[in-house]
Amino acid sequence: MSSKDVILGRIRSALGPGLEAPAIPRNYRRDSDKPDLDLLVERLVDYKAVVHRVTGGGIPAAILEILGAGTVVVPPGLPTEWLPPEVEAVVDDGLEADRIGAADGVVTGAAVAIAETGTIVLDASPDQGRRIITLLPDLHICVLRPEQVVASVPEAVARLDPRRPLTWISGPSATSDIELNRVEGVHGPRNLHVILVAD
Amino acid sequence: MTTFLGMPARAPRGVGHLRGDEPFPVAAREALANAQLRRNLQHATTTIRGKSGRVIAELPDWQELRAAGSALKAYTMANLPLLLEQLEEKVTAAGGVVHWAADANEANRIVTDLVRQTGERRVIKVKSMATQEIGLNEALEAAGIAPVETDLAELIVQLGDDKPSHILVPAIHRNRSEIREIFLRAMPGVDPSLTDNPPELAGAARKYLRETFLSTRVAVSGANFAVAETGTLAVVESEGNGRMCLTLPETLITVMGIEKLVPAWSDLEVFLQLLPRASTGERMNPYTSMWHGVTPGDGPQSFHLVLLDNGRSAVLADEVGRQALHCIRCSACLNVCPVYERTGGHAYGSVYPGPIGAVLSPQLTGVADNASLPYASSLCGACFDACPVQIDIPSILVHLRNQAPHPRTEAAVMAAAAYMMDRPKLYASAQRAAKLARIAGRRGRGLPPPLNGWSASRDLPAPPKETFRDWWRGR
Amino acid sequence: MRIALFATCLADTMFPAAAKATVLLLERLGHEVVFPAEQTCCGQMHINTGYQKDALPLVERYARTFDPYEVIVAPSGSCVGSVRHQHAMVAGRNARLAARATSVASRTFELSELLIDVLGVEDVGAYFPHRVTYHPTCHSLRVLRVGDKPLRLLRHVRGLDLVELPAAEQCCGFGGTFSVKNADTSTAMLADKMRHVLDTGADVCTAGDASCLMHIGGGLSRLRTGVRTVHLAEILASTEGRAA
Repeated sequence: MSSKDVILGRIRSALGPGLEAPAIPRNYRRDSDKPDLDLLVERLVDYKAVVHRVTGGGIPAAILEILGAGTVVVPPGLPTEWLPPEVEAVVDDGLEADRIGAADGVVTGAAVAIAETGTIVLDASPDQGRRIITLLPDLHICVLRPEQVVASVPEAVARLDPRRPLTWISGPSATSDIELNRVEGVHGPRNLHVILVAD
Repeated sequence: MTTFLGMPARAPRGVGHLRGDEPFPVAAREALANAQLRRNLQHATTTIRGKSGRVIAELPDWQELRAAGSALKAYTMANLPLLLEQLEEKVTAAGGVVHWAADANEANRIVTDLVRQTGERRVIKVKSMATQEIGLNEALEAAGIAPVETDLAELIVQLGDDKPSHILVPAIHRNRSEIREIFLRAMPGVDPSLTDNPPELAGAARKYLRETFLSTRVAVSGANFAVAETGTLAVVESEGNGRMCLTLPETLITVMGIEKLVPAWSDLEVFLQLLPRASTGERMNPYTSMWHGVTPGDGPQSFHLVLLDNGRSAVLADEVGRQALHCIRCSACLNVCPVYERTGGHAYGSVYPGPIGAVLSPQLTGVADNASLPYASSLCGACFDACPVQIDIPSILVHLRNQAPHPRTEAAVMAAAAYMMDRPKLYASAQRAAKLARIAGRRGRGLPPPLNGWSASRDLPAPPKETFRDWWRGR
Repeated sequence: MRIALFATCLADTMFPAAAKATVLLLERLGHEVVFPAEQTCCGQMHINTGYQKDALPLVERYARTFDPYEVIVAPSGSCVGSVRHQHAMVAGRNARLAARATSVASRTFELSELLIDVLGVEDVGAYFPHRVTYHPTCHSLRVLRVGDKPLRLLRHVRGLDLVELPAAEQCCGFGGTFSVKNADTSTAMLADKMRHVLDTGADVCTAGDASCLMHIGGGLSRLRTGVRTVHLAEILASTEGRAA
């Protein structure tokens, strides 16, 4: 008898015959609300992300302002027109960790953002890349388009694909481990900049 | 005793951290005498209660989310065999390997063997209640494998040669200056000019662990959620140490209690709202990682999932107590508990402290092995109100007290009292005799043990001249 | 209205003033109060200490004694909480008793519930010229959910200076046999509760439960603070002619 059989047998005998599963009350907010971009900005800032609101052509200038001249890692599918010429882009084609960690920052797109919680979600699409590239640099610049913003968590879950590696990010790396107060800056990027592009 | 296969079994003795060395009242005495500890706990729990209350008040549908969370967990328990097999199928199809561990010993053996097969002598760990419960670190060390805790609070505990005292913040009993002292004493290569400024302390941990993250090829994690429908796993964290462990190594081993399932992907929409607000008092925690088996070219290329029973099936067999398995380990019940706030977590003797520990530990081990824990509560009910999945902890405590072994004298007194109270004439004459008052002496100072525990700090009222019953009769 | 009084064993034996005040208050409001003599104890101490088998005859007794009455009142949030949330559970598989217990429980009210929800009165015509702070006992607050009903009653008492108790919702540490089994922890909780009471500068601390008041009052007396504990019923019963 395998441990699997043992465990499943135990559970079946624990539950006994005919345990009714309850109906799930779904009367919490699930309907699509128009996302409030100002709320998103407020919530991002509240958790110490820096937000830059630009028009479509303003992305390179915003990146330059954040970074100055320097080296950034970029995922293979990042639109090249986002990057200012002053910045040296290293495209991730399977870069070693040392190389990624040595960069001044990383620039990515995003899959979804949630206004109510100030969260951005990455799903490893070509403009977001492997999980490692947004982890080792100390600065993450994330470019967000308004159609990627949803109002609430249920809408974000509905848009995401559970078969992709997902990283939900709400502000820079932080901890509550010292006296249960939030302190920014532990292992993940200590600086999170969000460039929110207007329509 | 005959045990036959398939009968729910308790967590075995001699392994793991579910049983304390002393009964709760004895263990609590030491904590109560430590003024610094009580200040630290009061400061931290007051802070988190305020933060959590504010972000919960922002949601107009918090009660509806709680009800949905509770029902989802009850649904999961009722369909557990089916959902577990579904999870196994989906994880396997996505390139993972699923292992089943009937108890702590089997889980430790599975993980140790898996690490051995990689040839590595060190693993990095994400904070995980399940691996603490089974004593995985001790098992790995016995096999010559060094486990490195990477969560800041776990690191503080590990460097301080201490024990965790809170589900979410295992070093909650330490304040910033104590943490600084521990780092200066035990963290290799630490800057001697380190201050107790929290960002500096966090920065010291960042610097210390970075090289370890980059050079360790095996990670061990727990899981907050596993989605049966898709095989997706989720770890909810703050610091990024979780992301490091789940992304950088070649091999990832996840140990997860069988109750951590949710049926469908969309169900996470409920729990991802409940958990951070109840737990750290944030709208959303800084990082949540989700993965689906193995993703070629991204993250660990070898993934093992260990499904752990270790007494959970026995909890499931108790119709009243089984809702303790709905727990999502947010620790809100600890933060609001007036008992926990004063005694801290060590007094509970188990990795699961506070109100949820007082109902979970005795059920995992059998009540006789943790007989004092169901009594470690004044039944004030604050935990029930705070629980994001509506676990009725006070009712489970009362239920477990009914199963606990009772001291013989107490049982005799209780039986005699009930006998008398079921006979109004006897009851009335006992009232009039006011025997208690005479035994008690002036203001109760002459009471015998255990009643002298009361009179050590409180007076008993003087018995009235006449009982209500007598007054009523005389009207 | 004809109202049956469940005095509770603690008030009957140790704090008759709370039960007397309940009678006098309700009679002053024009109601008839009866005291079924077969009553003793709700069994909460047995249930909460783990002796449900011993509590069963007490649960049966309560249901049998009070079944004939339409409205039952007790000057205790805790005992009413036990009647409402534990009695049917103790009855267990005895379906007839469980049904009877549930029915009687639905007619059993804590004093502030009776006054506001059943009798529809907030101003009971009381006079109590003291500085008073109110401790919302755990079972009134979180089992019965009486909310601000006691405070609404107190706000209408003439002469009464109501001062807010800091951290009011925290348990005083009584918890029945908890205060004996975990006496040290209970004492630590009591110390904080007393500090908060003293911080208000009140000369009276009131609550809807004689048990919690016995605990808080026992501590305040030991420290010779001079702060009195007085049951809510006694404040509501007192008038200019008849002070508590």
